[in-house]
Amino acid sequence: MTSDIILFLIQDGIANGAIYALLGLAIVLVFAVTRIIMVPQGIFISYAALSLSWLESNLVPPTAWLLLALGLLTAGIECWQARRRPRAMRAPLVKYVVLPAALLGLCWLLAPQDLPQMARMALALALVVPFGPIMYRLAFQPVAGASPLVLLLISVAVFIALTSLGLVIFGPEGVRTAPIATASFTLGVLDLSAQSLWVVGMTALLMVLLYLFFGRTIAGKALHATAVNRIGAKLVGIETNAAGGLAFTLAAAIGALSGILISPITTIYYDTGFLMGLKGFIAAIIGGLLSYPLTVISALVIGIIESFSSFSASLYKEVIVFSLILPVLLLRSLGRRDIGEDEQ
Amino acid sequence: MTASLVVEELVVAYGRVEALHGASLELPGGIVTVVGPNGAGKSSMLNAVMGLLPSRGRVWLDGEELSRLEPEARVARGLCLVAEKRELFTTMSVEDNLLLGAYQRHKKGEKGWRNSLDEIYGRFPRLRERRRQIAAVLSGGERQMLALGRALMGKPRVLLLDEPSLGLAPRVVRETFRIIADLRATGVAILLVEQNARAALQVADYGYVLETGSVVSSGPSGTLANDPRIIATYLGRRAGSKIE
Repeated sequence: MTSDIILFLIQDGIANGAIYALLGLAIVLVFAVTRIIMVPQGIFISYAALSLSWLESNLVPPTAWLLLALGLLTAGIECWQARRRPRAMRAPLVKYVVLPAALLGLCWLLAPQDLPQMARMALALALVVPFGPIMYRLAFQPVAGASPLVLLLISVAVFIALTSLGLVIFGPEGVRTAPIATASFTLGVLDLSAQSLWVVGMTALLMVLLYLFFGRTIAGKALHATAVNRIGAKLVGIETNAAGGLAFTLAAAIGALSGILISPITTIYYDTGFLMGLKGFIAAIIGGLLSYPLTVISALVIGIIESFSSFSASLYKEVIVFSLILPVLLLRSLGRRDIGEDEQ
Repeated sequence: MTASLVVEELVVAYGRVEALHGASLELPGGIVTVVGPNGAGKSSMLNAVMGLLPSRGRVWLDGEELSRLEPEARVARGLCLVAEKRELFTTMSVEDNLLLGAYQRHKKGEKGWRNSLDEIYGRFPRLRERRRQIAAVLSGGERQMLALGRALMGKPRVLLLDEPSLGLAPRVVRETFRIIADLRATGVAILLVEQNARAALQVADYGYVLETGSVVSSGPSGTLANDPRIIATYLGRRAGSKIE
């Protein structure tokens, strides 16, 4: 292995690791606020990439219909619960029916047009992000106080349901979408594609935005506070269910953006997101489902190890990557500390 | 204008076991205390008033019924509980804990809500010294100050205090009750639940005695403090003595 190959593999690993870092951050964020291990995180990758591909083919993505169907179901539940307070029905109807219907209408109108790629990406993002809060409202909010094990089982069930639905609505074919930019640059021996730079750049930008959100804004601090002490959060008037919904919205946005960024580089199938999400999950576990910086560093290391494994022992690359979790779990079990318990 | 809190026939049950059997009380303003032995249902009452526990009965704040509202909505209407366990954000800084106390004011778009920090630091200078430290490293007394400070940041109309002296050293208990007495001047109405009946009755205007989930006696604090049964059960011989 020459130094050129090493540099090339590191470059490749960082581009993939950046995506795992984003997914890992989303998993830590959701766990911190809700105690839910976000098994379906990868779904957003597949749904966003496949929706974008349908838009590129001038077709209305099936996610628009699925979103409306799930929105109607959610609105039905909300309205039933608010049946004695008709005024309380207005907000869920707007959020879960009017908005998805408007998005479907927009797709009908815009999909046949030759839109700029950025506009298609924005539309794909707008279609997939609302799945986050709807997923939380339908599957998790009714059992928000349940144990992490129950929440994990529900999370697995949601993942299976949405993956199966993905197969039904998108079919089994894989897609690659058009890149945001096709240019490439030469840096010494490295040939950097503009798309890879987009991936790394957007990841870095998102991380800075997340840091500023949690560190500098009251909404971010409120989300953090909900993670630290749910009862304390209620006592200062933070709507903890809304905090869960916001965490899922952010996770869906991060997942969907990852899908849009990675789909020009990797072929995406209805279930590809799962494997990527799992690598993000390993990074999150190494970060103790608690530390954002450690999660990012772990994700980059995972990306680089995967890249080297693909070169040296491609058949075993997944085995090598997933085996990373074993020594980490062993080490963490030795210095066991219950993660996320209130330290009262 | 001081706020008024009315609790009517409040029933709290844990499964089949009823902890509160239709307790009623009124807080017209000032300081009202609920005293009683351990397990009498005092904390259950406060948690139910705050909406943290499912309950039957009614809770009114200035004529508006709160019974069906979530705790967050009750906070938005001016109710605030300083819980027995303090419920601080232990991994966050003292200042962040205080700022989050004003979350509802921020949400309502109230201007100058951050300025209340200086007011709280003026009242609790120790918190200013510790403002950058995380809440987990504070002593018991400092945690109590932070819990009170965080509650006051929200500018509540009614403050519910659950066992504020619990687990504190005698000197800190005296300081805590001095602060509670001082709060009267701010106009906030206080419902104080306390096992330390002597101290609670000294600071309150009116008192209720809760035993095994029912209100068994009530009256002006001075009258209760001189009631032979209350003296025998809760105050011992030193009914007229100072807070310890």
